[in-house]
Amino acid sequence: MADLATRTLPLRGFHGGSAAVRLTPAAPASRLSLRAKPDAVEALSTALGLSLPTRPKASVTIGTRHALWLGPDEWLVIDETDTDLGSLAAAAGVLHSATDISHRNTAVLVEGPGAAAAINAGCPQDLSLKTFPVGAGSRTVFGKAEIVLYRTGETTFRVECWRSFAPYVSGLLAAGAQDAGH
Amino acid sequence: MLLIHCPYCEEERSELEFRAAGDAHIARPENIAAISDEEFEEYFFLRDNPKGLIFERWRHIAGCGRFFNAARDTVSDRFLRTYKAGEPKPALPIAAMTDETVVETYEATEGRAE
Amino acid sequence: MSGAKRTVNADSKGGANRIPGKGRLTPAKTARFTFDGRTYQGLQGDTVASALIANGVHLVGRSFKYHRPRGIVSAGPEEPNALIDVMRDNARRQPNVRATVQEVFDGMTVASQNRYPSLTFDVGGINNILAPFFAAGFYYKTFMWPKQAWKSVYEPRIRAAAGLGVSPTEDDTDEYASRYAHCDVLVMGAGVAGLTAALAAAATGARVILCDEQPEVGGALHYDAGVTIDGQDGYAWAQDAARRLAAMDNVTVLTRTTAFGYYAQNFVALTERVTDHVSRPARSAPRERLWQVRAKRVVIATGAIERHMVFANNDRPGIMLASAARTYLNHFGVAVGRKVGVYTTHDSAYEAAFDLHRAGIAIPAIVDSREQPGAEVLAEAQALGIEVLTGHAVTDTKGKLRVSSITVRRVSGGSSARSIVVDALITSSGWTPSVHMFSQSRGKVAFDAETQRFLPGIYAQDCVSVGACNGTTDIAATLAEAVAGGELAAQAAGFSGSARLELSGTQAFAWTGGMAGAAYGAGPEDDVKAFIDFQNDVCAKDIRLAVREGMHSIEHIKRFTTNGMATDQGKLSNIHGLAIAAETLGRGIPEVGLTTFRAPYTPVTFGTLIGHSRGDLFDPTRKTAMHEAEEAMGAAFEDVGQWKRAWYYPRPGEDMHAAVNRECRTVRETVGMFDASTLGKIEVVGPDAAAFLNLIYTNSWDTLKPGRCRYGIMLREDGFIYDDGVVGRMSDDRFHVTTTTGGAARVMHHMEDYLQTEFPHLNVWLTSATEQWAVIALQGPKAREIIAPLVEGIDLSNEAFPHMSVTEGQICGVPTRLFRMSFTGELGFEVNVPADFGPAVWNAIRERVEAVDGCAYGTETMHVLRAEKGYIIVGQDTDGTLTPDDASLSWAVGKKKTDFVGIRGMKRPDLVREGRKQLVGLLTKDPSVVLEEGAQIVADPNQPKPMTMLGHVTSSYWSENCGRSIAMAVVAGGKARLGQTLYVPMADRTIAVEVSDMVFFDKEGGRIHG
Repeated sequence: MADLATRTLPLRGFHGGSAAVRLTPAAPASRLSLRAKPDAVEALSTALGLSLPTRPKASVTIGTRHALWLGPDEWLVIDETDTDLGSLAAAAGVLHSATDISHRNTAVLVEGPGAAAAINAGCPQDLSLKTFPVGAGSRTVFGKAEIVLYRTGETTFRVECWRSFAPYVSGLLAAGAQDAGH
Repeated sequence: MLLIHCPYCEEERSELEFRAAGDAHIARPENIAAISDEEFEEYFFLRDNPKGLIFERWRHIAGCGRFFNAARDTVSDRFLRTYKAGEPKPALPIAAMTDETVVETYEATEGRAE
Repeated sequence: MSGAKRTVNADSKGGANRIPGKGRLTPAKTARFTFDGRTYQGLQGDTVASALIANGVHLVGRSFKYHRPRGIVSAGPEEPNALIDVMRDNARRQPNVRATVQEVFDGMTVASQNRYPSLTFDVGGINNILAPFFAAGFYYKTFMWPKQAWKSVYEPRIRAAAGLGVSPTEDDTDEYASRYAHCDVLVMGAGVAGLTAALAAAATGARVILCDEQPEVGGALHYDAGVTIDGQDGYAWAQDAARRLAAMDNVTVLTRTTAFGYYAQNFVALTERVTDHVSRPARSAPRERLWQVRAKRVVIATGAIERHMVFANNDRPGIMLASAARTYLNHFGVAVGRKVGVYTTHDSAYEAAFDLHRAGIAIPAIVDSREQPGAEVLAEAQALGIEVLTGHAVTDTKGKLRVSSITVRRVSGGSSARSIVVDALITSSGWTPSVHMFSQSRGKVAFDAETQRFLPGIYAQDCVSVGACNGTTDIAATLAEAVAGGELAAQAAGFSGSARLELSGTQAFAWTGGMAGAAYGAGPEDDVKAFIDFQNDVCAKDIRLAVREGMHSIEHIKRFTTNGMATDQGKLSNIHGLAIAAETLGRGIPEVGLTTFRAPYTPVTFGTLIGHSRGDLFDPTRKTAMHEAEEAMGAAFEDVGQWKRAWYYPRPGEDMHAAVNRECRTVRETVGMFDASTLGKIEVVGPDAAAFLNLIYTNSWDTLKPGRCRYGIMLREDGFIYDDGVVGRMSDDRFHVTTTTGGAARVMHHMEDYLQTEFPHLNVWLTSATEQWAVIALQGPKAREIIAPLVEGIDLSNEAFPHMSVTEGQICGVPTRLFRMSFTGELGFEVNVPADFGPAVWNAIRERVEAVDGCAYGTETMHVLRAEKGYIIVGQDTDGTLTPDDASLSWAVGKKKTDFVGIRGMKRPDLVREGRKQLVGLLTKDPSVVLEEGAQIVADPNQPKPMTMLGHVTSSYWSENCGRSIAMAVVAGGKARLGQTLYVPMADRTIAVEVSDMVFFDKEGGRIHG
């Protein structure tokens, strides 16, 4: 039996930002792509311990666990701890699809007064607090990459992307952060 | 860059999040294996290219991921309405179309040149 | 201000023509720069133009066609002449910068353009003498014959002679930024109207962006010293208003920012010049920033542009717009001359004369072609003692490198000419409302016959025009219109309330007058050069010639004469050209019509448009989890779409060929490891998963048991092969689908399309899992023994885990989806692990592979090995026109199925006819010859051209394992030609080939079950 394989994180060593924006790779997290029809939402909510949001761009957070509405039958569930979210969902016993994407996605945390401006370097969405309030989450584009944008505070965002896009996404965020400092 | 109202996200988003997906309301024949060559041609190959009102499919691919339908004016490029996949084709009075059917372009004026 | 005379102080800082006490710049803040190698001193806040004029320099360039000496015409973005080259270093250098917009900074290097060898002596000036040969349409007519000469002689010479400025040759080292922004109200232009509209909109709480191309707000207040607002000097009021706006949370004020493009649904592009005025910009600061603004409402407050007078030799340096001279005086404190003549048909030029006169500049005469100028300005001129020649015209000018005198005649004729000595001449034929952005918004302009102006007519977007661009010139009316415009815009954007903004304004004089087209004495004789478009050297006579030659549409006239086609886009010339064309055609101006304005309003750098998208950020470069480990092993990489894939792993002394041969041998002899992570993976989950796959693939999936895999073919509805891949059934309701690397995204889209819109009744969901898994393929006789000690809970025996199986367990202590499958024809496994574990598992496997003299192999070896087995690559061996039967894959089509995508399409008559191109193998008669991929195949190499092409080579390799070359090809009727000899004609020889089946190695296929 070989030694236990260790994790190599896609954004290891990345740091960046400017006086206006701090960029940090998010810690590894458990992530689930959850798909279900409306009649299964209640049972899945109970099983996951948070009520899955049913409004566009909405999210729900309980402790370390977040559920983001991505589409009418789609949620991104993130738990900042090492948790088998798929098994939790399975326990609901209702029709659904749960796929582990903990390693598919990685995330950059974007914090500071220039955070929205840095993200707007490549994201065409309106990030004013009125249109994209704290807790808002959305799949969108960032330059030539697809991201899930999640506002965790007035000046803090979590930018989720597929792992191979992480160098591009973090690089463009760094460029945006630099510009947001001017 | 257009703004497109996604009927699932219930707001207007940048065209960058969307992908066009051809004509709407063309149902795949349920007995497709049995249809004639002419019926297949009609279903698969033949499309109108109207000046004015067109019904199209779009997908909010970098958003909610849903396909939906749109009524659009091919002259002004304006979206008249978007609606969820599966919903019937909306009845749009001709008045809903923009009266601006003439666009000033070089080509348009060229036609009037003597 | 009194009329007391002041003398020009030659010692004043920032140039001899700087008038102490005039202007808004600070004399102590100087900036030294060079122009054509000579050092000059300007003041901070100067434009290059104002600083040059302050130093007595009017000659700044040579004209495009005739190489005539040219000077500064304007004080703004409409400048047609003063195009300069601004250089910080060889990399940071830009040609065609307007001297009237570019601010000076200490240490800047400026050069004039379009002259050789120097500005004052230019050999191209011969074109001026040869001018009769350079009439409009010259290029079209002269270089028609002989035909060959166009490419070899005419075009290269014209290209060398034409063009303005020189492109920098080094990569631009500046940073360029880009930002999306949203607002309720975007106000373009921060003159009186724009500032007022912004104040009104902002007071409602609406999010407002106010942009202006100049360094400071104020617009016309830069020159118009006669305006007061709320009892305050107009310019001071503007600065105060901007400060108040900038202090509001809901307002962004962007100066040095030009709105250059107005696109659909109020999408407006702005370019902000962030550091072009800074002597030593911070390295991290962008030079320019592109703003892509989406506004709910737009207020257009872009003002008006003064037109010059069109008369003979109106292009000498020192002849400029009246408002420009006023700007240089009132804003920059610079006198444009000491004896300044005035030629006008519009009252506004009088005010320029008054200001100059009061500053101590001599005004020898105001020449006005009208018999009746405005009574107020006439009275003031008389009061100041300035001679006014009404009913007169300037019919000629003299002066080599600067105007030295003007010739004046009565418009009604009769009296003889009078020559007046001047060192500058300022002209005005009136004001053109700046409807560029309105027109870009697809709004239609309407001609106002009374004032002879095009004004905004029918609106196409949610915008409103206020102020001078809307034809409103009276200050009180402008203020009222702007307040209403700003408020209405904010209300329409969903904000209630009113600013209750009441502003009072006064102006010194009301303006009347104006004309468009050629003035008295500007022809119709063909030898008179009365310029309408300075940059393109278009004269009044050229427009007349165009009409005579049959160009009756304004669009044709524009293209024939190139009027309005230069970088200034006809800001000065369009209306003049139009008026002359209308007169020549004997039609009204609106009947001739205006050309459409298009983006950009002013030239925009490539840097602005590119923004962050260059270098590493030009396009995402996708790397697998094991990329660094492969790099450490010396892998050479190839681009596969956005992915970098290990191509081959050369050892010291090996070239690609040698490395690939070794890798190919090693896999078949011992074992090879391969990074297959980029293959697309889609998790298909739900009780109807198998039913869905039945519809998407040609194969049948009901019979596939959990734990087993199957190779699947996917068609488009038209019956052609779309993608392929191995699908593993993890459980009754969960499939692990793989796609080609390049097909991952579009296959997902294709499947979602059918699921959402054609088969929405199915209970199944699709999730992309491509990047969840790192995939390591182990291929070769020793594959099993490599992974056996690393896995846990998996029986790897042939009995428990035969070819085309999948199972879940652990490897190296982490979860794995282990596939028994092969794309090489060898005993093979594909180890899927969560991607973060990829490198560790790769290294653990590598240790064991190397211990048995196995190796890592790249995509090239993968291609060779699969070709040895006749496995196709969709997209290489197929091109979107091959059916399963064409590719000998009919076995993968479920015969009993009643529906799947493509079931009807593949039965179309043309897809089942005889003689279709089919995929076959090719063996060269000479086994050492490797065919070129893409080479054409014929039956008769001696057939006269054009020969009948039977098909082409799709894959071709040297096969070390077969000891010969192998190839795959599509050949018409190919399957019926097995054993036939065909030919591949190349440039230097014809290669004979034999048609074969596609399995070149291990035809029995026993190795895969090893």
